[in-house]
Order: sequence, then C-alpha cells, then structure tokens
Amino acid sequence: MYIIVIGGGKVGFYLAKELVEANHEVLVIEQDPDKVREIQDELGDIVMEGDGCEATVLDKAGTARADMVLAVTGDDEDNLVSCQVAKQRFNVGRTVARINNPQNEAIFRKLDVDITVSATTAILSHIEQELPTHQLIPLMRLKGSGLEIVEVRIPDDSRVVGRPLREILLPQQSMVALVIGEDGTPRMAGGDTVVRAGDEVVAVTMHDSEEALREALMAPPPARAF
Amino acid sequence: MRIVIMGCGRVGAALASDFSRDGCDVTVLDTDPAAFRFLADDFTGTRVVGNGIDPDVLKKIHLERVDVFVSATRGDNRNVMAAQIAKHIYGVKVVASRVFDPLREEMYRNMGLRTINPTRVQARRLKRVIEAPSDEAANLMALDFLKQDGA
Repeated sequence: MYIIVIGGGKVGFYLAKELVEANHEVLVIEQDPDKVREIQDELGDIVMEGDGCEATVLDKAGTARADMVLAVTGDDEDNLVSCQVAKQRFNVGRTVARINNPQNEAIFRKLDVDITVSATTAILSHIEQELPTHQLIPLMRLKGSGLEIVEVRIPDDSRVVGRPLREILLPQQSMVALVIGEDGTPRMAGGDTVVRAGDEVVAVTMHDSEEALREALMAPPPARAF
Repeated sequence: MRIVIMGCGRVGAALASDFSRDGCDVTVLDTDPAAFRFLADDFTGTRVVGNGIDPDVLKKIHLERVDVFVSATRGDNRNVMAAQIAKHIYGVKVVASRVFDPLREEMYRNMGLRTINPTRVQARRLKRVIEAPSDEAANLMALDFLKQDGA
C-alpha cells in the first residue's frame, strides 16, 4: 500500500518506521526542516518537506494514488484539513486523523474523516475499565465469615425500581438490611419496603455472590420477547 | 440578528464594529485578550476570550442560537474547521470564512462554505499599483480601490 503520513513528530516518525518495516510504501510530509533531516537520517529517503494541508504539496506527493492518508500532527485543525483535502481533491479512499480533543471525534466523523484516533480517549477508556461506574461499594468485611456489607445505588433503569423487597429475587446468602432514600432518610428493610430509583441499598452478602447481587439490584428489566 | 466573529484582528474587529453599529448582537472571539483593542470605541457587543474550534467555547456562547458565524483568524485551517462546525454541527444559516490559500479557498467554497480569498485580489491590485506610470496615478488607483469597496 502507498501510505502518506502527514506530520513527522514522534507519532509520525514511529508510524512511518513500523509501516516501512511492514513493507509499505511510505512518504512522510513534514514542515520543519530539522525534523525532515532527522527522519531522513533514520529512515532514508521517505520524507518530503512541506505543508501537508496544501493541495500543491499533496499533489507533488502523489496523493492521488495513495491508499491511505494518516494526518498525525499535534493540531486537530491541521489534521482535519489534510484529511479533507486528501479526500475532496485527491479521492483518497481512507483518511485517518489523530485528534487531541476527544470532543472532536464526533465532529470529524461528521466532516467525512474515515477514522479518528485519540490517545486521550484511549487512556480515558482504560481508566474507566479499571473503575466501573456501576459498582458495589464494599463497606465492611465481616472477619472470617466470608460475608461483607455492601452498598448499591439503584439506577433509574433498574428492574427493582417500584417493587417491594419481597418480590426481589436475591442470590442465596444475601439480604437487604437497610434502604436509604435520596434525601438521606433510612428505611428499615422489610418485605413491604419499596425500592425507588436513587435509593442506597445496604446489603449483607457472601463475597462470592457480589456479582449476582449487583445484577439482581442494578440490572435493567430483561428484554421482553414479543 | 446574532453574529459571532472569530478572530479579532484588524479585519474581524472592523467587521464586528460595523455590525455592532448596525444594531446587531455581536460576539467577538479571540484567544488573545489584547486583540480586543482593535474594536471601535462604540462597540457594544460581547468580547469572549477563547478558541472557536473548542467545542466547550462554542457551547458557552450558544452557537445554536446564532444567525451568522464568521471566521477571520490568521489560520486557514482554524477558520474552515470552525466554519464547518458552525454550519454542520450547530446549523448556523450563514457561515463565512477568510481563507488565504487560494486552493483551499476554492475547495471549501465548493463544499458549501461562503469564503473569500484576499490573496489573489491583493496581489493583482498591488501589481497594478506598481505598474502605474507615476506615484500620482498609483495613488488615484488606490483611492479608486477604496471607493469600489465602499470604504
């Protein structure tokens, strides 16, 4: 494949290096003459000095026969324009833009960039995986018994909203001890206690049943089959 | 009429001052607060320090309620990106940009933006002034250019 990389910074450099090693035909377009020289020294004659947003530069680079254009400078607006020029003027089949502000992802898609890649989003999603938002909060572990006291906030779309505790099927060895309303008022848990959205439910459960309890209290109602 | 002008350089500021005098509700955006010095003394609009390609800034100034969006910063790419966000994301009816690179200007004009390219016109006019037979003739020509633009 013929791949044009716009921007010869760290991302562009390592991209080009990997792509060359994978036997692709690669051309890096970079404005800064110092960086151009560095890339030339390291990777050979695969770099061109110029502004990758300019049609004349892209023309000289043979963009019309490129299979892919990767715009990976540090500026979102430059990457957008490079991709748009490549697509509009040179009919490049696939354009990829690096974006820094995650909010630009939707905008770029709407403006016809095929693929957006955001390091910010990638890192954020890793963090979110580490910290699931729908979680049981362990309050206390009861020594030796394998039991623990946990707290769950009932989401708006939970299947238990509006139902009395009696009707809620909990995993074995789990019981609800206390229901605290959104206003902070605690209600002792009895069979008639109705669970509302936003309630904090304090429950006693075996450690192994945590996931089943989470499912029982937080999952949305099962999809109805028609 | 609600107008947002991004870039308060000499052109942006003159345009903002004109619209303000016409009684429009004008907001000027610039990343550099010092740029607002170019605004006329009788400018009554709003000055906002911020970047017009930052979605948070555009949300803050309620771009969805705006009738006209103009981008006139020094950066072509910033100008066309902001204009496209205004038009395609916020549905602003009239969107205009200054684009210095003639090829980029042509492309974005064909893609439906209202654009002007000052470079070619200015180069042609400069050439005519240089080729004028005398200084007097050149000055007359310059005055004539101003008159043509109603300035």
